[in-house]
Amino acid sequence: MSTPAIEVSGLRKAFGDKVVLDGIDLDVRAGTVFSLLGPNGAGKTTTVNVLTTLARADGGTVRVAGHDLATDAKAVRAAIGVTGQFAAVDELLTGQENLQLMVDLGRVPAKDGRRVVTDLLERFDLAGSAHKAASTYSGGMRRKLDLAMTLVGNPRIIFLDEPTTGLDPRSRRTMWSIIRGLVADGVTIFLTTQYLEEADQLADRIAVLDQGRLVAEGTPDELKRRLPGTHVRLRFTTAAELDAAARVLTGSTRDDEALALRVPGDGGTKSLRALLDRLDEYAISAEGFSVHTPDLDDVFLALTGHGTEVAAK
Amino acid sequence: MSAKSPSLVMLRRNFKHIARNPTSVFNAVLMPVVVMLMFVYMLGDAFAVGQNYVDYATPGLMLLAVCYGLGSVATSVNSDMTKGVINRFKVMDVPRGAVLTGHVIASVLTNLVAIGAIVGVAFLLGFSPAAGFLGWLGVAGVVVLLGVATGWLTVALGLAAKSPETAGLASVPLVMLPFFSSAIVPAEKMGPGLRQFAEYQPFTPIIETLRGLLAGSPAAGDVIAALAWCTGIAVVGYVWARSTFKKRA
Repeated sequence: MSTPAIEVSGLRKAFGDKVVLDGIDLDVRAGTVFSLLGPNGAGKTTTVNVLTTLARADGGTVRVAGHDLATDAKAVRAAIGVTGQFAAVDELLTGQENLQLMVDLGRVPAKDGRRVVTDLLERFDLAGSAHKAASTYSGGMRRKLDLAMTLVGNPRIIFLDEPTTGLDPRSRRTMWSIIRGLVADGVTIFLTTQYLEEADQLADRIAVLDQGRLVAEGTPDELKRRLPGTHVRLRFTTAAELDAAARVLTGSTRDDEALALRVPGDGGTKSLRALLDRLDEYAISAEGFSVHTPDLDDVFLALTGHGTEVAAK
Repeated sequence: MSAKSPSLVMLRRNFKHIARNPTSVFNAVLMPVVVMLMFVYMLGDAFAVGQNYVDYATPGLMLLAVCYGLGSVATSVNSDMTKGVINRFKVMDVPRGAVLTGHVIASVLTNLVAIGAIVGVAFLLGFSPAAGFLGWLGVAGVVVLLGVATGWLTVALGLAAKSPETAGLASVPLVMLPFFSSAIVPAEKMGPGLRQFAEYQPFTPIIETLRGLLAGSPAAGDVIAALAWCTGIAVVGYVWARSTFKKRA
């Protein structure tokens, strides 16, 4: 667990005069899941492109699997697997042919090829569609095929750039369990995501990227401690009701503009009942009621003082 | 079994694409034949070119057959680029140009099939070339060189274009250019301006070289100009394609 799989120091990248990465330092231990969390436009994909040899860094040093990116890109390529943001499958080929293509390109000794392809189709639940063109696959199936193609040759370091963006919840769960399976096999995973929940579910360490800089790094628990917790939001129709509620619910934060009140709580039924009972006791009724769990927006608000929109393109 | 050549693996992938997307074959093989029937069979008697029109037009239509295949090459290279397939190959330890070489070889082979069809139909329409074995060998050489040159140029266009649609559009000039050369009618019969353009554009010496070879009397000046143009286009296309391939992620 102590050898570094990816070491990045002072990584810089600009497109023209637009600075995309402004001095990034990362240290990913072998056999762990590292998640780079950030909104669109934060520089996640650029980071992945640089670390996977697709784009050249303007400054800084990067070592992947012990090889220097600047001098030994070929050795880096041989050690890594990459699944990009858009499922990069050959749509005119079948699932089986896509995997066979990876085998033929030398990732696996030819004699093992057939077995590797069959195993991956089984493992990713694609055997039934193995002989259909990838263009007929659903979004979730494409992502699975894409990841299966990445796994041909058994790379020890895998980059996943927003692997679940655009997937339905069910496919997302499937993808998560596949990723957990890889981790169990000792693979190092570098994952980018815009979902706090995803990073929380999968990552050993999370780094938060904002406009080309890392604004926080730590374990999911360390980061969550810096966040506003789960809270209940109550909406009222009049300012008088808001005033009354704010008086009885100590520890709440008011939002006068929206006539809303934010009450900390764990979202459990017990604390909710207590909250509602208390309102009832003082004959206050709220027009609307919702439970909030922290999302990426909250992370950004807490860590940078601005929401995700500012960072978006 | 030893490791397969990556370029051959890519070429096989291109063949599968062609087999599953027959409209590209239609454009590459059938369209030139349709154009040939239109010009030779329908309009041919109306052109006074000083010889049997099918003998005049066939060399130009061979070049046209090369150009008609290019649109689908540009589109498919671009869709590899924009859909991330090329990036996938780039992050693998695979020789960098293999995917492009595959596209170019597939394009040249498609050209040869299209030209085979054109020549076949030409013979049915009364084509009677004077060329001997060496002449035909020369024709094949020029055609392959032209195919490689325009193939690399088209790959570069495909890589540089924003979307498959614009890639297809970018190859339109290559498809139109043969019409403004000596392919259909001699340049000296065209209006001023167009005539000079037709005389000096690259396809005219290439067509005249093919024409000379098929007639059994190639002119040295045309041959040199044709080889120089083809080499120039090939080098520009290749260098442009490689640098775009390297830069664009």
